[in-house]
Amino acid sequence: MKITYREALKQAIREALQNDERVFLMGEDVGRYGGAFAVSKGLLQEFGPGRIMDVPLSESGFVGAGIGAALGGMRPVVEVMTVNFSLLAMDQLVNNAATLLHMSGGQLNVPVVIRMSCGTGRQLAAQHSHSWEPLYAHIPGLIVLSAGTHEDARGMLHTALQCPDPVIIFEYTAMLNLEADLPADAGAVNIDRACVRKEGKDISIITYGAGVYKALDAAKELTAAGIDAEVIDLRVLRPLDNISILDSVRKTHRVLVVEEAWGSVNIAAEVSARIMENVFYELDAGVQRLCGIEVPMPYPKHLEDASLPQIEDIIKKVKKMLQHD
Amino acid sequence: MEETSGMQTTTITDREHGMDLLYQMMRIRRFEEKSAELYTKAKIRGFLHLYVGEEAVAVGVTQALRTMDNVLSTYREHGHALSRGITAGVILAEMFGKLQGCSRGRGGSMHLFDAGKRFYGGNAIVAGHLPMAVGMALASKKQKMDNITCCFFGDGAAAEGEFHESMNLAALWEVPLLMVCENNLYAMGTAIRYTHAMQDLEKKGAGYGIESMKVNGMDVLAVEQAARLATAKIRTTGKPFFLVCNTYRFRAHSMFDAELYRDKSEVEAWKKKDPIPALMQQLLEWQLVTAADIKQLELKVETEIQQAVDFAESGTLEPVEELTKFVYSK
Amino acid sequence: MIEFCMPSLGADMEAGTLREWLVKPGDTVKRGDIIAVVETQKGLIDIEVFDEGTIDQLVVKEEEKVPVGTLMALIASTKEAVVKPEQPEVKTAEKIIPVSLTTTVKASPLARRVAAEKGVDLADIKGTGEGGAITKEDVEKAAAAQKEPVKEEQPTMAAEGIRMAVAAAMSKSNREIPHYYLETKVDMTLPLAWLSEANKKRTVKQRLLPVVLLVKAVAKALADVPDLNAYWDNGLQRKDVINIGFAISLRTGGVMIPAIHLADKKTLDELMASLNDMIPRARAMKLRSSELSDSTITITSLGEGNVETVYGVIYPPQVALVGFGSIIEQPWAEQGMLGVRPILTVTLAADHRATDGATGSRFLVAFNEHLQKPDML
Repeated sequence: MKITYREALKQAIREALQNDERVFLMGEDVGRYGGAFAVSKGLLQEFGPGRIMDVPLSESGFVGAGIGAALGGMRPVVEVMTVNFSLLAMDQLVNNAATLLHMSGGQLNVPVVIRMSCGTGRQLAAQHSHSWEPLYAHIPGLIVLSAGTHEDARGMLHTALQCPDPVIIFEYTAMLNLEADLPADAGAVNIDRACVRKEGKDISIITYGAGVYKALDAAKELTAAGIDAEVIDLRVLRPLDNISILDSVRKTHRVLVVEEAWGSVNIAAEVSARIMENVFYELDAGVQRLCGIEVPMPYPKHLEDASLPQIEDIIKKVKKMLQHD
Repeated sequence: MEETSGMQTTTITDREHGMDLLYQMMRIRRFEEKSAELYTKAKIRGFLHLYVGEEAVAVGVTQALRTMDNVLSTYREHGHALSRGITAGVILAEMFGKLQGCSRGRGGSMHLFDAGKRFYGGNAIVAGHLPMAVGMALASKKQKMDNITCCFFGDGAAAEGEFHESMNLAALWEVPLLMVCENNLYAMGTAIRYTHAMQDLEKKGAGYGIESMKVNGMDVLAVEQAARLATAKIRTTGKPFFLVCNTYRFRAHSMFDAELYRDKSEVEAWKKKDPIPALMQQLLEWQLVTAADIKQLELKVETEIQQAVDFAESGTLEPVEELTKFVYSK
Repeated sequence: MIEFCMPSLGADMEAGTLREWLVKPGDTVKRGDIIAVVETQKGLIDIEVFDEGTIDQLVVKEEEKVPVGTLMALIASTKEAVVKPEQPEVKTAEKIIPVSLTTTVKASPLARRVAAEKGVDLADIKGTGEGGAITKEDVEKAAAAQKEPVKEEQPTMAAEGIRMAVAAAMSKSNREIPHYYLETKVDMTLPLAWLSEANKKRTVKQRLLPVVLLVKAVAKALADVPDLNAYWDNGLQRKDVINIGFAISLRTGGVMIPAIHLADKKTLDELMASLNDMIPRARAMKLRSSELSDSTITITSLGEGNVETVYGVIYPPQVALVGFGSIIEQPWAEQGMLGVRPILTVTLAADHRATDGATGSRFLVAFNEHLQKPDML
């Protein structure tokens, strides 16, 4: 059955609300407006204002309240409208959600789920086009997920709500209208492992988020050129799944990491380091990265496109690494 | 707004209660003095913020709380922890970094936790715990639990955006939250006149439609009475309450503080309002206690603190192999 | 100023003739660059430079023969290189190339690992990876190519020079080294049967020749008896690596003795590959200087002819030479029975200053033991 990424997200939220009375959704404009991106449209009518809570523009306040509600026995799903606003809540995430279990010597769990829409590609300029997954993936104590596919948009929330620790799920606004096949019985997915989205033997394209479908499209075109690329969707950005990454390198001996976030100190940098540390002698070429160009996002379309890894860039880079041109 | 400034000095007739309040304040005082001593002997490290002078607030407010209520506090929280029934021994062990501490030694002085006693820190980012307190109160409301959440913070926190966000959210959601501002007149080393345009902090509640009250934080009986009034309101209405306790810390902000920002004469003037001798005097006047009773209490406190030191000293350190424990639950 | 002198490429090299300068004054050179072709008694040898800088002056002229150690050229080191006024600044900047970027072979970690496993020299491989890096595939192709028989190239000149070099070395040996000789006969039935079986699994190109068994058995026996893997230089000096010099006769006369480096560490396939690589290059006189100067012992095998026994002359400063004759069917008595067996005569020529007959005897026994366990070679 073909459904949009948006619908997959909505199904996940609806299912979570149906399954567990302790679950409630709170966020800016999630209720009466129907969600800034229409993800939660209709849920207020279905579940009422006690379960679908509109909140004031107080990111630190309501994210902190979500953490407190989790401490108090609830299973809050907190939507931060976009990652761009999340820095206002960063203190709550970093100093409270991520630390309480440890600071309390294991006494306090914080089973909160924070959803953030993020990403680029809609000409929203410098303050609304952030890829800040690496910022959060830096923090021990947080579990950081990236829903780069419809399957994960549908399945990650359920598993995240079962987790006793704080989970951040990154969702991608640019993909909301994208349709994909999803089985009618699609549901919970694991939140521990990376996923081989396409098997291949010549090179590993390691990516996540908005990079997944781009990498898969690129891999399809590369097949025509006789290159069999493997596509790894990291999915879980913290803690990173070393095993999947290293196994793939052992198989293909070449790695290209694709990421929309700025290159310096990003996930790709971490992946590269881990490959070097663990499987250096499996490498038949230096690990390469295609990341966001380090510039505040410009507004014009052509410049925005140029600042992000595109399908053609991936193809070109892979061919160069394999010397097929 | 409840006007309490003209309230008459409270009296009590219950000897046991009077003795208990006195004992609790004396214990906090002695505990803090001992902590300072142990800090100078390097038994305690990190930041150490002492509550000396402010004892009446923690002891007074706690009288109005039940065991099922939640308490969140700041990094100057030894007094609140003791008042909530966490023993001096496990608190001191925590400050020694020992496994037997209330946070297994992971937190130290600023991060005392006891889930069983519903004591949620020990939070050291100023005002960072206020939104959490709102959330905990929200959880109680959603689960129709008959408890309230009490959140202690200082005048410094009242300047943070999170204070204002939390007041708004608490009022908006009508959650059972007691916000207790311990106004000791200094945000670390900066006097309130340099940090708040409007220094009558209790007036800030009005902007959010939150019932508010100020009380003499150097008078434990007044604090207790105000807190009982506040919690009764909260339990009746389900709405938040804002209680400002005007108090003063006699010691420096933390151990390494030259106190350049205030005159010794100011400190001396406040010491004349010391809540502990004040209560002793009242209890003696009302003939609820004798000098011998007080002597007895001093001995009891001294023994208890000494036992706490022994307990902390005899504690063990967590093996380094367990370093990464408690980052995640599994 | 750096002095570039006629290199010494072996104990027996006394002089060299400069055939060609590959650089001219003003050229920049870096470590590893080939800057001259020198004809020695052993043939034309590419001469590399070990410094970095700019050629200041070519002192020796082409076709000039000079003794080892003679100043051939002056090189201004990069730091002191004088910028001529007419040269644009950019050019100077280009000259300053970090050593680390230019002196290492560009190969992937995996390629390096595989090359080490297969005994392939990365320096011989042209990379096809990004930026010319050598990849695993390149190494594997090179390894396969080593096993292919290489078309023999026409021998070049210098036959006379080689004759002279051999003459000088052998005269020196005969003059200075008190040789002793030991001889033994070895039954090759088992090794040859094993080889025939082993070759069934190999393609024609990969097939092993009996000589690789002999080379490997020598290498292993040397590990057992290290006094024969040594130089004599005012005393016995054992060598910690086993580089077996393999005498290759040239069609035009003379012999070349390239070294099979680390022969004890190589598999039979790798040894076969080394021989397949070296023999045609030796005959084309395209050996590297290191291959000509690193041997720690020499093997001479006259198996192609009909010679039964070889009494060799030691190549100084080595202390031993192993000689193999042809494998010839001979009557052979064993356990009271007479039969016809393929027999190899092995001789050892050894320097009596360095060792005695007992040492040599132990070596020959060890050699036969290893040879009779070919699956362990």
